[in-house]
Amino acid sequence: MIKFDNVTKLYNSNVGLQNASIEIAKRDFIFLVGPSGAGKSTFIKLILKEIDADSGKIQVNNQEITTLSNRQIPKLRRSIGIVFQDFRLLPKKTVFENVAFAMEIIHMSPRAIRRQVPQVLSLVGISSKASKYPDELSAGEQQRVAIARAIVNNPTVLIADEPTGNLDPDTAWEIMRLLEQINLRGTTIVMVTHAKDIVDKMGKRVVAIEKGHIVRDEFGSYGYNNEIPSYRGMYQEGIFNHNVL
Amino acid sequence: MFYSIRYATKQAFVQVVRNRAMGVASIFSITAILLILGLFFVLVVNINVAVEKAMGDFDTVQICLLDETEYTQTESMMETLGNMKGVTGTTYLSKEDALQDWKADWGENARMLDTLADNPLPNSIIVAVSELTDANAVAEKAGTLEGVEDVIYYKETVEKLVKITDFMQMAALIIMAFLVIVSIVVVSNTIKLTVFARAREINIMKYIGATNWFIRGPFLIEGMLIGLVSALVSTGVVALVYSKIMSLIANEIFTILQMPMVPVEFLVFNLIWIFIALGVSIGAFGSIVSMRRFLDT
Repeated sequence: MIKFDNVTKLYNSNVGLQNASIEIAKRDFIFLVGPSGAGKSTFIKLILKEIDADSGKIQVNNQEITTLSNRQIPKLRRSIGIVFQDFRLLPKKTVFENVAFAMEIIHMSPRAIRRQVPQVLSLVGISSKASKYPDELSAGEQQRVAIARAIVNNPTVLIADEPTGNLDPDTAWEIMRLLEQINLRGTTIVMVTHAKDIVDKMGKRVVAIEKGHIVRDEFGSYGYNNEIPSYRGMYQEGIFNHNVL
Repeated sequence: MFYSIRYATKQAFVQVVRNRAMGVASIFSITAILLILGLFFVLVVNINVAVEKAMGDFDTVQICLLDETEYTQTESMMETLGNMKGVTGTTYLSKEDALQDWKADWGENARMLDTLADNPLPNSIIVAVSELTDANAVAEKAGTLEGVEDVIYYKETVEKLVKITDFMQMAALIIMAFLVIVSIVVVSNTIKLTVFARAREINIMKYIGATNWFIRGPFLIEGMLIGLVSALVSTGVVALVYSKIMSLIANEIFTILQMPMVPVEFLVFNLIWIFIALGVSIGAFGSIVSMRRFLDT
């Protein structure tokens, strides 16, 4: 599904990722953990081909993506759903429209949109809020909308970048159960997180990155006992933080 | 394809309405530039028409004959000249006919010519040529014939006129090109502001896998709409101003230069297409330029 073969990415002389090799199979659910600035963002940006690797090979859906032209990038990204810590919903669109937006972008017909969006909204459990605007929803509900938007086009991979970072513990668990449910339907999930308790309790595969190296790849626990990440640090690290607004 | 065009058009209208102030600002700047272009256009067209008319008057060579020249000799001259390259016809103008023409030209004042004791005009041959360059050869040849008193031919005037119009057209072209570039910069900056306002949305669209053209579409149509409106506004303004100017000075121009001004309908009909083409392409280019940085990856 996702395969890194000896991938290196340097920023000037700083290491983003060095000689990283990893294989993520279909239906896998992995947690990507590690201190801020360790290379988790680089890892995800490489999967999305937001940046190019200096050397090595990267496969997504059995397709080599290091050689893709700019023109082919949209097609790659359509096979990958993405959820952000800060939800990234469009404030002037309703819940329904936010999800429909993802389908409009890939040229789906209004008929297909009318059929599919309610199904996905019901899957994530917010059917009753379809006509609300994002600022009328709680944080957990907003993240559900973001997840609905990410999966409405049936991606093979769902990347979740600290999806529980802005949520209270109970809501965070609701979101985790939803992600697990999506995983059971066959979608590979790569989740970047600092939430130790979630990683420990879920007992999924954990990949730890430090200073650009994959230092650990095993089932089980978070493994960092003394790291208490500050909210500020997590936010600064967020890989998609180049919002202009 | 169909859905994306429909989507882009719908979005463009939503954007225009949402960013009214920005749209109005863009329309003002494109209109201002089109108006300056229009001014040049009006000038160039009028000068062109004037020059063409003048050249039409000057595409003949008048060969004045000595009074003692025999008509048979004149006929053979007409045949010689008539066979030259580029000559479309030769006519004989007797001194009596020439005086009649003169009187007709003077109209009411023709009475003054009645006091002439003798007809001062010569008999002449009028040679019509199709090209100015041929007129040169005809004039030279006629000068060598016997029985010719003088050759009247407005070579220098015509050449000067041609030079002036060439220069005017060149200058207008350069200024127009410059103005078009300026307007693209202005429009792209205005549209860039609306793009900035939607940077978040564009960012999300890219992550979801929208193609660059899909993202560009609404902005492109928005730019073209702005260009179209500007074209219509500027055509209206030019038509109004031009007809006002015509009503004020057309008579004077006609009296002084013996030349009518280009009618407003003709001008507007041509100008509206030029303005629409220019306005729409300025809008389209402006939006493509302004989007470039946002669509790098």
